Amino acid sequence: MENLVMVLPVVGKGFLGVFIVTGIIIAGVMLLNRVAK
Amino acid sequence: MSVLYENVFAVTWQQLVMWSIGGLLIYLAIKKKMEPTLLLPMGFGTLLVNLPDSGAKGVIDYLFAVGIEGNELMPLILFIGIGAMIDFEPLLVNPKLMIFGAAAQFGIFFTLCLATLFGFSLQDAASVAIIGAADGPTSIFVANTLKSQYTAAIMVAAYSYMALVPIVQPPIIKLCTTKKERLIRMDNSSKKVSRTTKILFPILVTLLVGLTASEAVALIGFLMFGNLIRECGVLDSLSETAQKVLANLVTIFLGITISARMTAEEFLRVETLLILGLGLIAFIFDTFGGIMLAKFMNLFLKKKINPMIGAAGISAFPMSARVVQQMGYEEDKQNFLIMHAAGVNVSGQIASVVAGGLILALVR
Repeated sequence: MENLVMVLPVVGKGFLGVFIVTGIIIAGVMLLNRVAK
Repeated sequence: MSVLYENVFAVTWQQLVMWSIGGLLIYLAIKKKMEPTLLLPMGFGTLLVNLPDSGAKGVIDYLFAVGIEGNELMPLILFIGIGAMIDFEPLLVNPKLMIFGAAAQFGIFFTLCLATLFGFSLQDAASVAIIGAADGPTSIFVANTLKSQYTAAIMVAAYSYMALVPIVQPPIIKLCTTKKERLIRMDNSSKKVSRTTKILFPILVTLLVGLTASEAVALIGFLMFGNLIRECGVLDSLSETAQKVLANLVTIFLGITISARMTAEEFLRVETLLILGLGLIAFIFDTFGGIMLAKFMNLFLKKKINPMIGAAGISAFPMSARVVQQMGYEEDKQNFLIMHAAGVNVSGQIASVVAGGLILALVR
Protein backbone atom coordinates (compact mmCIF):
# COMPACT_ATOMS: atom_id res chain seq x y z
CA MET A 1 0.00 0.00 0.00
CA GLU A 2 2.92 2.33 0.78
CA ASN A 3 4.21 1.57 -2.71
CA LEU A 4 0.90 2.70 -4.19
CA VAL A 5 0.98 5.91 -2.17
CA MET A 6 4.51 6.50 -3.48
CA VAL A 7 3.58 5.77 -7.07
CA LEU A 8 0.38 7.82 -7.35
CA PRO A 9 2.17 11.19 -7.75
CA VAL A 10 4.39 9.63 -10.44
CA VAL A 11 1.35 8.30 -12.26
CA GLY A 12 -0.51 11.58 -11.96
CA LYS A 13 2.38 13.71 -13.16
CA GLY A 14 3.30 11.25 -15.89
CA PHE A 15 -0.15 10.90 -17.41
CA LEU A 16 -0.86 14.61 -17.14
CA GLY A 17 2.55 15.28 -18.64
CA VAL A 18 1.74 13.17 -21.69
CA PHE A 19 -1.37 15.29 -22.29
CA ILE A 20 0.52 18.54 -21.78
CA VAL A 21 3.31 17.60 -24.19
CA THR A 22 0.76 16.30 -26.68
CA GLY A 23 -1.21 19.53 -26.40
CA ILE A 24 1.93 21.53 -27.11
CA ILE A 25 2.66 19.39 -30.17
CA ILE A 26 -0.92 19.76 -31.42
CA ALA A 27 -0.66 23.54 -31.07
CA GLY A 28 2.70 23.51 -32.82
CA VAL A 29 1.41 21.45 -35.73
CA MET A 30 -1.69 23.63 -36.13
CA LEU A 31 0.58 26.67 -36.28
CA LEU A 32 2.84 24.87 -38.73
CA ASN A 33 -0.14 24.05 -40.98
CA ARG A 34 -1.06 27.73 -41.09
CA VAL A 35 2.44 29.05 -41.66
CA ALA A 36 3.92 26.44 -43.99
CA LYS A 37 1.34 26.37 -46.77
CA MET B 1 35.26 -39.53 -25.12
CA SER B 2 33.31 -38.19 -22.13
CA VAL B 3 33.44 -34.76 -23.78
CA LEU B 4 30.81 -36.05 -26.23
CA TYR B 5 28.17 -36.90 -23.62
CA GLU B 6 28.96 -35.01 -20.42
CA ASN B 7 26.86 -32.01 -21.50
CA VAL B 8 23.90 -34.29 -22.27
CA PHE B 9 23.76 -35.23 -18.60
CA ALA B 10 24.34 -31.62 -17.56
CA VAL B 11 21.03 -30.42 -19.09
CA THR B 12 18.70 -29.28 -16.31
CA TRP B 13 14.90 -29.45 -16.36
CA GLN B 14 14.85 -25.67 -16.32
CA GLN B 15 16.83 -25.62 -19.55
CA LEU B 16 14.41 -28.11 -21.07
CA VAL B 17 11.56 -25.77 -20.19
CA MET B 18 13.43 -22.91 -21.85
CA TRP B 19 13.94 -25.05 -24.97
CA SER B 20 10.15 -25.49 -25.07
CA ILE B 21 9.67 -21.74 -24.69
CA GLY B 22 12.21 -21.08 -27.45
CA GLY B 23 10.44 -23.65 -29.61
CA LEU B 24 7.09 -22.01 -28.87
CA LEU B 25 8.38 -18.59 -29.92
CA ILE B 26 9.72 -20.08 -33.16
CA TYR B 27 6.39 -21.87 -33.75
CA LEU B 28 4.41 -18.67 -33.14
CA ALA B 29 6.72 -16.79 -35.50
CA ILE B 30 6.60 -19.28 -38.37
CA LYS B 31 3.23 -21.01 -38.11
CA LYS B 32 1.12 -18.19 -36.67
CA LYS B 33 3.19 -15.38 -38.25
CA MET B 34 3.27 -13.49 -34.92
CA GLU B 35 5.94 -10.79 -35.14
CA PRO B 36 8.33 -13.24 -36.80
CA THR B 37 11.06 -10.61 -37.15
CA LEU B 38 11.55 -10.61 -33.39
CA LEU B 39 10.07 -13.81 -32.04
CA LEU B 40 12.09 -16.09 -34.31
CA PRO B 41 15.51 -14.68 -33.38
CA MET B 42 14.45 -14.53 -29.72
CA GLY B 43 13.25 -18.13 -29.84
CA PHE B 44 16.43 -19.38 -31.47
CA GLY B 45 18.59 -17.29 -29.16
CA THR B 46 16.76 -18.88 -26.22
CA LEU B 47 17.94 -22.28 -27.43
CA LEU B 48 21.51 -21.01 -27.82
CA VAL B 49 21.83 -19.59 -24.30
CA ASN B 50 20.16 -22.54 -22.57
CA LEU B 51 22.62 -25.20 -23.65
CA PRO B 52 25.06 -26.33 -20.92
CA ASP B 53 28.38 -24.43 -21.16
CA SER B 54 27.00 -22.70 -24.23
CA GLY B 55 29.78 -21.28 -26.39
CA ALA B 56 27.28 -18.79 -27.83
CA LYS B 57 26.58 -17.14 -24.49
CA GLY B 58 29.77 -15.08 -24.64
CA VAL B 59 29.04 -13.46 -27.99
CA ILE B 60 25.36 -12.89 -27.17
CA ASP B 61 26.32 -11.33 -23.82
CA TYR B 62 28.80 -9.12 -25.68
CA LEU B 63 26.10 -8.03 -28.15
CA PHE B 64 23.84 -7.24 -25.19
CA ALA B 65 26.54 -5.25 -23.40
CA VAL B 66 27.39 -3.23 -26.50
CA GLY B 67 24.00 -2.94 -28.17
CA ILE B 68 21.60 -2.57 -25.28
CA GLU B 69 23.10 -2.40 -21.80
CA GLY B 70 25.71 0.28 -22.46
CA ASN B 71 23.69 2.89 -24.30
CA GLU B 72 20.54 1.31 -25.80
CA LEU B 73 22.15 1.57 -29.24
CA MET B 74 20.17 -1.13 -31.05
CA PRO B 75 16.64 0.06 -30.21
CA LEU B 76 17.63 3.62 -31.08
CA ILE B 77 19.04 2.66 -34.47
CA LEU B 78 15.91 0.59 -35.10
CA PHE B 79 13.88 3.70 -34.42
CA ILE B 80 15.58 5.42 -37.37
CA GLY B 81 14.16 2.69 -39.58
CA ILE B 82 10.74 2.92 -37.96
CA GLY B 83 10.67 6.70 -38.36
CA ALA B 84 11.49 6.29 -42.04
CA MET B 85 8.54 3.91 -42.44
CA ILE B 86 5.90 6.16 -40.87
CA ASP B 87 3.77 8.55 -42.90
CA PHE B 88 2.51 11.21 -40.49
CA GLU B 89 0.23 12.87 -43.07
CA PRO B 90 -3.05 11.50 -41.59
CA LEU B 91 -2.05 13.14 -38.32
CA LEU B 92 -0.84 16.39 -39.89
CA VAL B 93 -4.18 16.79 -41.71
CA ASN B 94 -6.01 16.57 -38.37
CA PRO B 95 -3.54 17.15 -35.53
CA LYS B 96 -6.24 17.17 -32.84
CA LEU B 97 -6.41 13.38 -33.24
CA MET B 98 -3.19 13.27 -31.28
CA ILE B 99 -5.14 13.67 -28.07
CA PHE B 100 -6.33 10.07 -28.48
CA GLY B 101 -2.74 8.93 -28.78
CA ALA B 102 -2.16 10.50 -25.37
CA ALA B 103 -5.27 8.93 -23.85
CA ALA B 104 -4.27 5.51 -25.14
CA GLN B 105 -1.19 5.57 -22.91
CA PHE B 106 -3.52 5.20 -19.90
CA GLY B 107 -2.72 1.49 -19.69
CA ILE B 108 0.93 2.27 -18.93
CA PHE B 109 0.07 4.32 -15.85
CA PHE B 110 -2.71 2.02 -14.68
CA THR B 111 -0.33 -0.94 -14.90
CA LEU B 112 2.33 1.02 -13.03
CA CYS B 113 -0.07 1.30 -10.08
CA LEU B 114 -1.03 -2.37 -10.33
CA ALA B 115 2.57 -3.57 -10.55
CA THR B 116 3.53 -1.73 -7.38
CA LEU B 117 0.60 -3.40 -5.60
CA PHE B 118 2.10 -6.73 -6.63
CA GLY B 119 5.32 -5.82 -4.88
CA PHE B 120 7.51 -4.72 -7.79
CA SER B 121 9.95 -1.92 -7.01
CA LEU B 122 9.14 1.42 -8.63
CA GLN B 123 11.80 0.91 -11.33
CA ASP B 124 10.67 -2.63 -12.13
CA ALA B 125 6.99 -1.60 -12.03
CA ALA B 126 7.71 1.21 -14.50
CA SER B 127 9.64 -1.20 -16.73
CA VAL B 128 6.72 -3.64 -16.71
CA ALA B 129 4.19 -0.86 -17.25
CA ILE B 130 6.01 0.39 -20.36
CA ILE B 131 4.89 -2.78 -22.11
CA GLY B 132 1.75 -0.70 -22.58
CA ALA B 133 3.73 1.59 -24.88
CA ALA B 134 3.19 -1.24 -27.40
CA ASP B 135 6.53 -0.36 -28.88
CA GLY B 136 9.58 -2.62 -28.71
CA PRO B 137 12.39 -0.05 -28.81
CA THR B 138 10.69 2.16 -26.20
CA SER B 139 10.13 -0.82 -23.90
CA ILE B 140 13.75 -1.98 -24.25
CA PHE B 141 15.06 1.55 -23.77
CA VAL B 142 13.07 2.25 -20.61
CA ALA B 143 13.51 -1.22 -19.05
CA ASN B 144 17.25 -1.15 -19.65
CA THR B 145 17.75 2.44 -18.49
CA LEU B 146 15.93 1.59 -15.26
CA LYS B 147 18.16 -1.50 -14.98
CA SER B 148 15.19 -3.80 -14.71
CA GLN B 149 16.00 -7.45 -14.02
CA TYR B 150 13.00 -8.53 -16.08
CA THR B 151 14.04 -7.25 -19.53
CA ALA B 152 13.53 -10.57 -21.29
CA ALA B 153 10.03 -11.18 -19.91
CA ILE B 154 9.13 -7.58 -20.74
CA MET B 155 10.34 -8.03 -24.33
CA VAL B 156 8.50 -11.31 -24.83
CA ALA B 157 5.33 -9.73 -23.44
CA ALA B 158 5.67 -6.53 -25.48
CA TYR B 159 6.27 -8.19 -28.83
CA SER B 160 3.76 -11.00 -28.26
CA TYR B 161 0.93 -8.65 -27.38
CA MET B 162 1.80 -6.33 -30.27
CA ALA B 163 1.31 -9.31 -32.55
CA LEU B 164 -1.93 -10.21 -30.72
CA VAL B 165 -3.51 -6.77 -31.12
CA PRO B 166 -6.04 -8.12 -33.69
CA ILE B 167 -7.14 -10.63 -31.02
CA VAL B 168 -6.84 -8.52 -27.85
CA GLN B 169 -8.46 -5.28 -29.02
CA PRO B 170 -11.77 -6.23 -30.70
CA PRO B 171 -13.46 -7.72 -27.60
CA ILE B 172 -12.41 -4.69 -25.51
CA ILE B 173 -13.67 -2.30 -28.18
CA LYS B 174 -17.01 -4.13 -28.35
CA LEU B 175 -17.30 -4.13 -24.55
CA CYS B 176 -16.60 -0.39 -24.28
CA THR B 177 -18.80 0.82 -27.13
CA THR B 178 -22.43 0.48 -28.16
CA LYS B 179 -23.52 -0.56 -31.64
CA LYS B 180 -24.84 2.97 -32.21
CA GLU B 181 -21.42 4.39 -31.36
CA ARG B 182 -19.63 1.94 -33.65
CA LEU B 183 -21.89 3.09 -36.50
CA ILE B 184 -20.87 6.74 -36.18
CA ARG B 185 -19.54 7.86 -39.52
CA MET B 186 -16.63 10.24 -39.78
CA ASP B 187 -15.97 12.51 -42.74
CA ASN B 188 -12.88 11.83 -44.72
CA SER B 189 -10.97 14.93 -45.70
CA SER B 190 -9.16 15.14 -49.00
CA LYS B 191 -6.89 17.81 -47.53
CA LYS B 192 -3.20 17.41 -48.11
CA VAL B 193 -0.36 19.00 -46.21
CA SER B 194 2.51 20.82 -47.83
CA ARG B 195 5.92 19.28 -48.25
CA THR B 196 7.29 22.04 -46.01
CA THR B 197 4.99 20.93 -43.21
CA LYS B 198 6.11 17.33 -43.57
CA ILE B 199 9.75 18.41 -43.44
CA LEU B 200 9.35 20.76 -40.48
CA PHE B 201 7.17 18.36 -38.46
CA PRO B 202 9.97 15.99 -37.32
CA ILE B 203 12.18 18.94 -36.43
CA LEU B 204 9.37 20.65 -34.51
CA VAL B 205 8.42 17.52 -32.57
CA THR B 206 12.05 16.81 -31.64
CA LEU B 207 12.51 20.33 -30.30
CA LEU B 208 9.18 20.42 -28.44
CA VAL B 209 9.60 16.99 -26.85
CA GLY B 210 13.28 17.65 -26.18
CA LEU B 211 12.46 20.78 -24.24
CA THR B 212 9.53 19.31 -22.27
CA ALA B 213 10.56 15.67 -21.74
CA SER B 214 14.32 15.59 -22.13
CA GLU B 215 14.69 11.91 -21.22
CA ALA B 216 12.76 11.10 -24.41
CA VAL B 217 15.18 13.01 -26.69
CA ALA B 218 17.11 9.91 -27.74
CA LEU B 219 13.95 7.99 -28.70
CA ILE B 220 12.04 10.85 -30.29
CA GLY B 221 15.18 12.24 -31.92
CA PHE B 222 16.10 9.01 -33.68
CA LEU B 223 12.46 8.38 -34.67
CA MET B 224 12.13 11.86 -36.14
CA PHE B 225 15.55 11.68 -37.79
CA GLY B 226 14.33 8.63 -39.68
CA ASN B 227 11.15 10.48 -40.61
CA LEU B 228 13.10 13.51 -41.83
CA ILE B 229 15.22 11.28 -44.04
CA ARG B 230 11.96 9.98 -45.53
CA GLU B 231 10.26 13.34 -46.00
CA CYS B 232 13.12 15.58 -47.12
CA GLY B 233 12.88 14.25 -50.67
CA VAL B 234 16.60 14.37 -51.34
CA LEU B 235 17.66 11.19 -49.58
CA ASP B 236 15.54 8.53 -51.29
CA SER B 237 18.27 5.89 -51.20
CA LEU B 238 18.97 6.55 -47.51
CA SER B 239 15.25 6.41 -46.76
CA GLU B 240 14.93 3.09 -48.53
CA THR B 241 18.02 1.77 -46.77
CA ALA B 242 16.68 2.89 -43.38
CA GLN B 243 13.27 1.33 -44.00
CA LYS B 244 14.56 -1.98 -45.28
CA VAL B 245 18.22 -2.84 -44.82
CA LEU B 246 18.90 -0.95 -41.60
CA ALA B 247 15.65 -1.95 -39.92
CA ASN B 248 16.08 -5.60 -40.91
CA LEU B 249 19.74 -5.72 -39.91
CA VAL B 250 19.16 -4.25 -36.47
CA THR B 251 16.08 -6.41 -35.96
CA ILE B 252 18.13 -9.55 -36.60
CA PHE B 253 20.68 -8.51 -33.99
CA LEU B 254 18.12 -7.16 -31.52
CA GLY B 255 16.11 -10.36 -31.40
CA ILE B 256 19.06 -12.60 -30.80
CA THR B 257 20.63 -10.12 -28.37
CA ILE B 258 17.53 -9.97 -26.16
CA SER B 259 17.88 -13.71 -25.69
CA ALA B 260 20.93 -12.95 -23.52
CA ARG B 261 18.33 -12.45 -20.80
CA MET B 262 16.40 -15.61 -21.68
CA THR B 263 18.46 -17.95 -19.52
CA ALA B 264 16.49 -20.29 -17.27
CA GLU B 265 17.74 -18.50 -14.13
CA GLU B 266 16.49 -15.13 -15.32
CA PHE B 267 13.30 -16.14 -17.11
CA LEU B 268 11.80 -19.00 -15.09
CA ARG B 269 10.43 -17.01 -12.20
CA VAL B 270 6.94 -16.44 -10.84
CA GLU B 271 7.40 -12.79 -11.78
CA THR B 272 7.56 -13.74 -15.48
CA LEU B 273 3.95 -14.99 -15.43
CA LEU B 274 2.94 -11.90 -13.51
CA ILE B 275 4.66 -9.69 -16.09
CA LEU B 276 2.88 -11.48 -18.94
CA GLY B 277 -0.41 -10.86 -17.15
CA LEU B 278 0.36 -7.21 -16.37
CA GLY B 279 1.44 -6.64 -19.97
CA LEU B 280 -1.95 -7.83 -21.19
CA ILE B 281 -3.66 -5.54 -18.70
CA ALA B 282 -1.58 -2.62 -20.01
CA PHE B 283 -2.77 -3.27 -23.56
CA ILE B 284 -6.39 -3.66 -22.43
CA PHE B 285 -6.40 -0.40 -20.51
CA ASP B 286 -4.60 1.45 -23.31
CA THR B 287 -7.54 0.51 -25.54
CA PHE B 288 -9.97 1.46 -22.79
CA GLY B 289 -8.32 4.84 -22.22
CA GLY B 290 -8.46 5.89 -25.85
CA ILE B 291 -12.09 4.85 -26.26
CA MET B 292 -13.20 6.50 -23.02
CA LEU B 293 -11.74 9.86 -24.02
CA ALA B 294 -13.66 9.73 -27.30
CA LYS B 295 -16.88 8.84 -25.48
CA PHE B 296 -16.29 11.68 -23.02
CA MET B 297 -15.69 14.17 -25.81
CA ASN B 298 -18.87 13.03 -27.55
CA LEU B 299 -20.85 14.34 -24.56
CA PHE B 300 -19.93 17.84 -25.66
CA LEU B 301 -19.51 17.56 -29.42
CA LYS B 302 -22.22 18.10 -32.00
CA LYS B 303 -20.30 16.19 -34.65
CA LYS B 304 -19.65 12.91 -32.88
CA ILE B 305 -16.43 10.95 -33.02
CA ASN B 306 -16.54 7.21 -33.57
CA PRO B 307 -15.02 6.12 -30.23
CA MET B 308 -13.34 3.11 -31.85
CA ILE B 309 -10.66 5.42 -33.25
CA GLY B 310 -9.53 6.04 -29.67
CA ALA B 311 -8.45 2.40 -29.54
CA ALA B 312 -6.06 3.04 -32.43
CA GLY B 313 -3.96 5.27 -30.15
CA ILE B 314 -2.10 2.19 -29.01
CA SER B 315 1.29 2.38 -30.63
CA ALA B 316 1.04 -0.99 -32.42
CA PHE B 317 1.36 0.47 -35.91
CA PRO B 318 -0.32 -0.26 -38.30
CA MET B 319 -2.24 -3.20 -36.84
CA SER B 320 -4.35 -1.18 -34.44
CA ALA B 321 -5.53 1.17 -37.20
CA ARG B 322 -6.43 -1.81 -39.36
CA VAL B 323 -8.39 -3.42 -36.51
CA VAL B 324 -10.47 -0.26 -36.06
CA GLN B 325 -11.04 0.09 -39.81
CA GLN B 326 -12.08 -3.56 -40.06
CA MET B 327 -14.49 -3.30 -37.12
CA GLY B 328 -16.03 -0.13 -38.52
CA TYR B 329 -16.38 -1.74 -41.95
CA GLU B 330 -18.07 -4.83 -40.47
CA GLU B 331 -20.71 -2.63 -38.82
CA ASP B 332 -21.23 -0.36 -41.84
CA LYS B 333 -19.75 -1.05 -45.26
CA GLN B 334 -19.85 2.68 -46.05
CA ASN B 335 -17.86 3.74 -43.01
CA PHE B 336 -14.18 4.27 -43.73
CA LEU B 337 -12.32 5.01 -40.52
CA ILE B 338 -8.83 4.18 -41.77
CA MET B 339 -7.52 7.72 -42.21
CA HIS B 340 -8.70 8.83 -38.77
CA ALA B 341 -7.51 5.57 -37.20
CA ALA B 342 -4.11 5.88 -38.94
CA GLY B 343 -3.74 9.44 -37.69
CA VAL B 344 -4.46 8.34 -34.14
CA ASN B 345 -2.21 5.29 -34.53
CA VAL B 346 0.86 7.29 -35.58
CA SER B 347 0.18 9.83 -32.85
CA GLY B 348 0.28 6.92 -30.42
CA GLN B 349 3.85 6.28 -31.54
CA ILE B 350 4.83 9.79 -30.48
CA ALA B 351 2.75 9.71 -27.29
CA SER B 352 4.26 6.37 -26.21
CA VAL B 353 7.75 7.79 -26.57
CA VAL B 354 6.74 10.86 -24.56
CA ALA B 355 5.24 8.58 -21.90
CA GLY B 356 8.47 6.58 -21.80
CA GLY B 357 10.56 9.71 -21.44
CA LEU B 358 8.38 11.10 -18.66
CA ILE B 359 8.46 7.81 -16.79
CA LEU B 360 12.25 7.86 -16.96
CA ALA B 361 12.35 11.46 -15.71
CA LEU B 362 10.00 10.71 -12.81
CA VAL B 363 11.26 7.29 -11.77
CA ARG B 364 15.03 7.24 -12.37
